[in-house]
Amino acid sequence: MSQLDDLYRRVIMDHYKTPRNRGELDNESVTVNLNNPTCGDRISLQLQLEDGIVRNAKFTGEGCSISMSSASMMTEAVMGKTAEEALQMADNFSALMKGEPATFGDYEDVEALSGVNKFPARIKCATLAWNALRKGVEHGKGKHEGIEE
Amino acid sequence: MDPIALKSEFPILHQEINGHPLVYLDNAATTQKPRSVIEAIKRYYEWDNANVHRGVHTLGSRATDAYEGAREKVARFLNAPASRQIIFTRGTTTALNIVASGYARQTLREGDEIVITAMEHHSNLIPWQQAAKATGATLKYIPLQPDGTITLEDVEATVTAKTKIVAIAYASNVLGTINPIAKIAEIAHRKGAIIVVDGAQSTPHMKVDVQALDVDFYTLSGHKMCGPTGIGALYGKEQLLENMEPIEFGGEMIDFVELYDSTWKELPWKFEGGTPMIAGAVGLGAAIDFLEQIGLDNIHEHEIKLTQYAIERLSAIEGLTIYGPRKERVGLVTFNLGDVHPHDVATVLDTEGIAVRAGHHCAQPLMRWLKVSATARASFYLYNTEHDVDRLAESLVKTKEFFGYEPIR
Repeated sequence: MSQLDDLYRRVIMDHYKTPRNRGELDNESVTVNLNNPTCGDRISLQLQLEDGIVRNAKFTGEGCSISMSSASMMTEAVMGKTAEEALQMADNFSALMKGEPATFGDYEDVEALSGVNKFPARIKCATLAWNALRKGVEHGKGKHEGIEE
Repeated sequence: MDPIALKSEFPILHQEINGHPLVYLDNAATTQKPRSVIEAIKRYYEWDNANVHRGVHTLGSRATDAYEGAREKVARFLNAPASRQIIFTRGTTTALNIVASGYARQTLREGDEIVITAMEHHSNLIPWQQAAKATGATLKYIPLQPDGTITLEDVEATVTAKTKIVAIAYASNVLGTINPIAKIAEIAHRKGAIIVVDGAQSTPHMKVDVQALDVDFYTLSGHKMCGPTGIGALYGKEQLLENMEPIEFGGEMIDFVELYDSTWKELPWKFEGGTPMIAGAVGLGAAIDFLEQIGLDNIHEHEIKLTQYAIERLSAIEGLTIYGPRKERVGLVTFNLGDVHPHDVATVLDTEGIAVRAGHHCAQPLMRWLKVSATARASFYLYNTEHDVDRLAESLVKTKEFFGYEPIR
């Protein structure tokens, strides 16, 4: 099961079983509800954006270990980053899913998801939270209105 | 019947997936195709291909004979009174939509009722939601029992004098429940409603007699019964089909065309606008030959035994939950493995060469009723064996162990 060990590394299972920043904000500036209609995974991401900086990020949702651990990691990765940096991270995550090397500032946990690249059916699980981030940050800048499921 | 010998008829099943012999347990999604079906389609394209119903030339006649011959096979297979009551469609979804767009929208009035159940596949749910919205009719649900069955008392209570259509699956694609269609048809008719049956999950697995069931419309998908994708059928009682207006207009379905008006061909062709899925129909005909040679009763008996065995083996795994009734069911087992998400289960099984489905199975209201967001499903067919079930059970134990501890790296 070494292929599986690559997919489900310890750091991923840790984020799945003990998710970081799970919950709701009471001072959010944007909420993004995204679901994946083909598999039923869903995420609700709340961001507090202030002076172009992601001050806080929390999520709730349902899904597999990959989608939920990815959401947990994403919130940790973008906390305190500028909107531009957050969008750049979303781009970096897309690159990671294509099998390209990518970094996420000084936050290394996300790189554990690189193994998902070998499981094409699971890539959409991993990208759900990052797509929510992208929409949230863009919405926060006023590009998108009323983003819903 | 001998599933091991039958398996040798299916070329795709003899391969390794991720280093393990393939165990294909996603038959409720689509079944694999025997050599005879693949050959029939190949032969059609290599020898008989032409457009149907118009060529004066020899190939045109051969193609028409092949296409109409397939229709006769479907009619015989379902014990329909006449082949003109069989309309070829893209599949069950299209067949149900023809009834919902044709019959339902043309006959329903405000205050009428459509009755379905909470176990329906989206394809037997959304067409009725839309027909209800378009006509002002009310959509009502027959409630489910805790084991995922419905009672005839609830059918009696839900179907009223206002009910015009009862639409229900013969077999559930998630729970495996087999619904008592003949009895439900009797209740529907007594109250003045017609009954529309989603036969996608029943037709491949058990003998179906549309006259004995006394159903008004019956639908099937070819690809779930060893046939190709893109072909299915709608059976309807003759008078109902006669009274229905066509849904699609164009070539093939017309009688006379004038500048401002046209008339339609007779049944079944008035519902088959455009060049049909000729090769698909030929493939479906070959699939029916294949299934009849084995015998639908034999297939059903084999699947009942295999499902019982699967329920026994899977129930023995601590923390595993099986959904649906324990008897009167078709050959599938829907389950969850503790708090391991079904996607993770399916991924681990795939690395062991085992194909199962994970997700909401196109039945989101049913998932909510089960109070889960998704489930895993193993579904069987004539080529599956107890050995396949053993491989599934062993891999599920491994999956549990895998997620029970954290791999050390």
